[in-house]
Amino acid sequence: MANPRVIVVGGGLAGLMATIRVAEMGVPVDVFSIVPVKRSHSVCAQGGINAAKNLKGEGDSTWKHFDDTIFGGDFLANQPPVKDMAEAAPGIIDMLDRMGVMFNRTSEGLLDFRLFGGTLYHRTAFAGATTGQQLLYALDEQVRRFEAEGKVRKFEHWEFLSAVLDSSHACRGICAMDLHSMEVHAFPADAVIIATGGIGAIFGKSTNSVTCTGSAQGALYQQGAYYANGEFVQVHPTAIPGEDKLRLMSESARGEGGRVWVPRDGKKWYFLEEWYPKYGNLVPRDIATRAIHKVVYEMGLGVEGHPAVYLDLTEIDPKVLDLKLGGILEIYEKFVGVDPRQQPMKVFPGMHYTMGGLWVDYRHMTNLPGLLAAGECEYQYHGANRLGANALLSCIFAGRVSGATAVEYLRNVSNGADAVPSSVFDQEKLRQQELNEKVLEGKGGENPYTIWREMGQWMTEHVTVIRYNEKLKKCDEKMVELLERSRRINLSDQSRWSNQTLAFTRELSNMLQLARVITQGALARNESRGAHYKPEYPDRDDQNWLKTTKAFFAPDVDEPRFVYEPVDTSLIPLRERKY
Amino acid sequence: MADSKTVEIRIKRQLTPDGPSRRETFRVPLRPGLNIIGALMMIAENPVTAEGRQTVPVSYDANCLEEVCGSCAMVINGKVHMACSALIERLDQPIRLEPMSRFPVVRDLQVDRSRLFRDLQRVKAWIPIDGTYDLGPGPRMSQREQEAAYHFARCISCGSCLEVCPQYNDQTQFVGAAVLGQVRLFNSHPTGQMNAPERLEALLGPGGIHECGYAQNCVEICPKDIPLTQAISEVGGQVMRHVLLGFLRK
Ligand SMILES: Cc1cc2nc3c(=O)[nH]c(=O)nc-3n(C[C@H](O)[C@H](O)[C@H](O)COP(=O)(O)OP(=O)(O)OC[C@H]3O[C@@H](n4cnc5c(N)ncnc54)[C@H](O)[C@@H]3O)c2cc1C
Ligand code: FES
Repeated sequence: MANPRVIVVGGGLAGLMATIRVAEMGVPVDVFSIVPVKRSHSVCAQGGINAAKNLKGEGDSTWKHFDDTIFGGDFLANQPPVKDMAEAAPGIIDMLDRMGVMFNRTSEGLLDFRLFGGTLYHRTAFAGATTGQQLLYALDEQVRRFEAEGKVRKFEHWEFLSAVLDSSHACRGICAMDLHSMEVHAFPADAVIIATGGIGAIFGKSTNSVTCTGSAQGALYQQGAYYANGEFVQVHPTAIPGEDKLRLMSESARGEGGRVWVPRDGKKWYFLEEWYPKYGNLVPRDIATRAIHKVVYEMGLGVEGHPAVYLDLTEIDPKVLDLKLGGILEIYEKFVGVDPRQQPMKVFPGMHYTMGGLWVDYRHMTNLPGLLAAGECEYQYHGANRLGANALLSCIFAGRVSGATAVEYLRNVSNGADAVPSSVFDQEKLRQQELNEKVLEGKGGENPYTIWREMGQWMTEHVTVIRYNEKLKKCDEKMVELLERSRRINLSDQSRWSNQTLAFTRELSNMLQLARVITQGALARNESRGAHYKPEYPDRDDQNWLKTTKAFFAPDVDEPRFVYEPVDTSLIPLRERKY
Repeated sequence: MADSKTVEIRIKRQLTPDGPSRRETFRVPLRPGLNIIGALMMIAENPVTAEGRQTVPVSYDANCLEEVCGSCAMVINGKVHMACSALIERLDQPIRLEPMSRFPVVRDLQVDRSRLFRDLQRVKAWIPIDGTYDLGPGPRMSQREQEAAYHFARCISCGSCLEVCPQYNDQTQFVGAAVLGQVRLFNSHPTGQMNAPERLEALLGPGGIHECGYAQNCVEICPKDIPLTQAISEVGGQVMRHVLLGFLRK
C-alpha cells in the first residue's frame, strides 16, 4: 500500500503507548482524543504499577504475580496473555524509568516498591501518590518528540463517533467530530486502535473522569464488535462521596499502613483485620467492598449516622505520609477540608473500574479485522476482579502489543485503505451527520442530563455490589424506557460551535446501550465470581459459568444477544478463592 | 427546588471566538461540598437565567474533577483558579466567572491553550531515549534528587502561571514559567542532561528566559505549589553559563 497509516483513538496510557510503538516501527500515527492527551483520565491513577522486580528480598517472581492476578480475578481471565503481561512487567518499569518517571527511591537510589491489595509482596512501583500522572506525562513527552519529528499528528478536542467498515466488515478508518466546529469527518487508516478507557459515567457518579463514558465502545458494539464480560464492574472500597464525583482514596493508603474501622460499642472495630487476618486491610477490592456493605447496611454501623467507614492514617509518621501519599492527602484536604494526618478519613465504596470491555484476541484484534483495542476499554487481563496497580500495567502492555499487531496487520493485508472506494467513507460520514441533525432537531421535552442521572442512579443501585435477578430485570426495563425517552430529547442548545450538549446526547444513547449489556450479562450469570455477587447464587459455579460472556448487538430487536466462550485455564489449576 | 439556599453566579459568555461577550446571571441551589464545576453541571441541566430567561448551557473544559488534569482553570472572582477545586462555600458571593484572558476564547469559559503544548515542543521537554525495547534499568537517583525533581514533574499544564504573568500575552512569544519548570526538570535528569544545551539554545531566542520580568506572580498562584521562581533562577544560570562557554570556545 502507498502510505500506510494507523489511527489511535484515545491518548491515555494505552493509546499513547500504542502510538509510540507504531511510530517506533516506522508507521505514521494519527491520535484522536476528546481532551488534550496530557489531560486524559490516566492522570488520576494514584497508587502505583505492579512488577515483580523482587528488590526487597522477599522471593517474589513473575509467576507469583501471574498467580495473584489469576486468583484475584477468580479464574475468569484467559491465562496465557496474563502470564505474558506479568513477565513483561519488570521490563516495562525499566522503560518508564528510562523515560524519566520520578519513581520513589530507596536509600541506595534504587526503585522503591510498596504493598498493594491481593498480594503479600512489595510489588508496586510508585511516584508519590500521583503515579498515573507521572506515567502519562512520560509517554506524552515521548509522543511529543515523535510529533516534533512529524511522525505523529494529534487531533485533540475530537470525538470518535464510529468505525468506517467496508463490505466485508473490515475496519478502514473512523468518523470523528471536531468538538469545536462540530463538523464530522471521515479519516482513512489501515488499522485502528481503540484506547478510550473506562465507562464510569454509565453509573452516574464514579471515581472516573468526565470523559469516561464508554461511548466509543458502545458505538462499536452497535457496529458489530463483541463486548466481553460487561457484567464485571469493580466498586472500590474507599472513595470520598461527593456532589459531582466520587473521589478515590487509593489502596496505597492501606498499603502504607492505613487501617479501616467503624465505631462499635464505643470502640474502634477493625473488621477487615478481624475477618481476614492474613491480608487484613489489603484484601482484594471486591471483598473489602462487600465487607463494608455488610458492616454498614446489614449490621447498621457507620459513621455519625452516615453510610461510611473510617480510613485511618493518623498512626503513621506525617513525614512518611507526605513523601509517599502527598497527592491523595492533598485531595482529601482540598475537597473535604480536613487534614487526614490528624483525623481519620470518611470513605465509602464507589464505582471505579470495568473489567469488561471490547472483546479482543491475544494480539488485541477485535472480531472486526483491522480494529484493535487496548487498555481499560478491552477485557483481557483482569478476569472477574482487577488487582490494584495492575491496570496501569495492563494499559501499557496492551498498548505495546496492539501497536505491534497493528503494524503486522497492515503489512500483511492485501489492499490498504487507499484502495477503498471513497463512497465507503462518504456513506458513514453521512450517517453520522444525519444522527447529529436528528439530535439537533429533536422535539419532545426530554433532557439528556436528567436521563443520564436516572441511568446512573439505577445502575448504581442495582448493578454494582449486590445483584438480584428481579431487580436486574427491572433495571433493564428502565434502560429500555430511558432509551425510548432519549429519542425524544430536545436540546437547549442548537448552535453549531462547541456544543457540549450535542456531544453529550450522542454519548448518552451509546451509554444506555452498554448499560443493557452490563445489566443483561449480570442477569444471565447465575453464580457469584469476583466482583459479580448474587446472594441467590452465592458460590462460584465452574461447571456452568467458567466462561467469557460475549455480547453482540442484534439491530433488528435493538438488544444484546449473548454467546459464551471457554476460558483458557491451561497454566494454573482452578482452586477456591479464599483470602 | 425545595432547597431554599441558593448562590448567584455571574458568567461572562461569548458564544464564538470572535463574537461579542455578555454576562448572564444564574442561581443554583447551594449543596455542601459543591464546587464550580458542579454548579455548571446544574446550569447545563436547567439553562435558565436568574431572570427566568431560557439560555444555552455554558461551555467549559473539565475532566478529572480532582485537580490533576489541568483542564478547568478559569478566572473566579477576579483570580485564576481550578474550577473543580473551587468550593462554592469558600467563595465570596455573587460569584463571578470569566475565561482566562491570556489565551484565545473558544466559547464561554473554554480557552485554547495549545500554545503551551507547542512551547513544550520548542524546548524539547522529553528524555531522548533510544527506544522502548528492553535496555535494562534507568539511571540511579538519590532520594533527594527524586524529591526535588518530583515537584516539577507535577505540573498539570493548567496555565495559571501564564494567566498572572505580565510578560505572557499575544504580543510576546515568552514561554512562561510552566515551560521553564520543565526545562529545569529535564536538564537535571541524568539522561535529560545530555541534551540540555539544545533546551538552553531554544531559550536564547525570542520568547526566551530573558523576557521574564521576575514579577514572581507565577509561584504565588501555582495550584501545585511548584517552586517556579527557583526553576527560573536555576535555568537562568544555566543559560548564562551556556552562553559564556559558547563564547569562550569561539
Ligand atoms: C481515581 C483512579 C485511580 C486509579 N489508580 C490506579 C492505580 O494506582 N494503579 C492502577 O494500575 N490503576 C489505577 N486506576 C485505573 C487506571 O487509571 C485506568 O484503568 C487507566 O488509566 C485507563 O487508561 P486508558 O489508557 O485505558 O484510558 P484513559 O486514560 O481513560 O484514556 C482514555 C482516552 O480516550 C479518549 N477518549 C475517550 N472516548 C473518546 C472518544 N469517543 N473519541 C476520542 N477520544 C476518546 C480520552 O480523551 C482519553 O484520551 C485508577 C483509576 C481511577 C479512576
Ligand atoms: S477538572 Fe481536572 S483539574 Fe479540574
